[in-house]
Amino acid sequence: MNGGPPIPRVIARILIPPMLLYALYVQFHGEYGPGGGFQAGAIAASAIILYGLVFGVSHAQRAVPPAVVIAGMPLGVLIYAGVGIATLALGDNYLAYGALNPDNPPGGQHLGIMLVELGVLVTVFSTMLTIFYAFTEGED
Amino acid sequence: MIEVLLPFALLIILAIIVVGLLPLQNLLAVVALLGAYSFIMATLLVALDAPDVGMTEAAVGAGISTVLLLAALKRVGSEESRGRRLDPSALLLSAVTGVILLYGTSGLPEFGDPHGAIHNHVAPYYIEKTPEEIGVPNVITAVLASYRGFDTLGETTVIFTAGLSVIMLLRLSVRRRVDAARDGAQADDASAPPEDQ
Repeated sequence: MNGGPPIPRVIARILIPPMLLYALYVQFHGEYGPGGGFQAGAIAASAIILYGLVFGVSHAQRAVPPAVVIAGMPLGVLIYAGVGIATLALGDNYLAYGALNPDNPPGGQHLGIMLVELGVLVTVFSTMLTIFYAFTEGED
Repeated sequence: MIEVLLPFALLIILAIIVVGLLPLQNLLAVVALLGAYSFIMATLLVALDAPDVGMTEAAVGAGISTVLLLAALKRVGSEESRGRRLDPSALLLSAVTGVILLYGTSGLPEFGDPHGAIHNHVAPYYIEKTPEEIGVPNVITAVLASYRGFDTLGETTVIFTAGLSVIMLLRLSVRRRVDAARDGAQADDASAPPEDQ
């Protein structure tokens, strides 16, 4: 995949690292600014999809293998639901994050929100890429 | 002034894009215009102080959807089938639906009206209690991930289900095609019967 016009390749090379960095910023700054797991997952998936479009889907699949994204889809939901199980086990309601840190409930809320947002990130990122891989299967 | 004019200008552009979509037969052009629609919509959402939704619209609506639609077009071809005629009953149904929707919007509160129903239900509680109960500065995050955590868990499950459905629909059909190709190759090796050709 070294043919094709050079402009998209140069632009993609410049853009993809900041896109991934921006996704991380949106993820971990979600409690302070706009964004969260869903947005971060969509932006990170866009970066990988851009990579696949410009350099070939097989390159993208080498960076993020299909087996990983297929496993990631349920993993994110399990992380999210698992936080609920953890709060149940700690003797509070399902998804009542305060139980994660009984001495300081807002601290527990902080931790719980971070974990469930991580679950959302994993599922959204994986699902977007799974659909992209499924749609472009057999090409390249 | 610009805060008032900008959304109107963007809405007019959206209307122009939609009208421009109608006569198009080339689906490639339709996908390109839909991407433009999503991007203008994302700008509109940011102009209306909803950057979270705008970010999602730009990444999913303008970015990923466009790519997926293009990938689909690559498989099914990009020309709409000919011989389509204007169906008067469909036109009537669309017009009636449009009128009903317009009538419905007349019952909505003014944009940004502090006495609107949505601003007087649970929203004041969330805004007031988030700093002490959740301790995060972004109320939207507190509502989405904590107060409405069950909803977001449901949403995440919906996304997972969507991905699962795509795997079941597309991967299976691909595998069947691969199997069929392999069976065909094996049949060729064993000097295939004529009906396989």
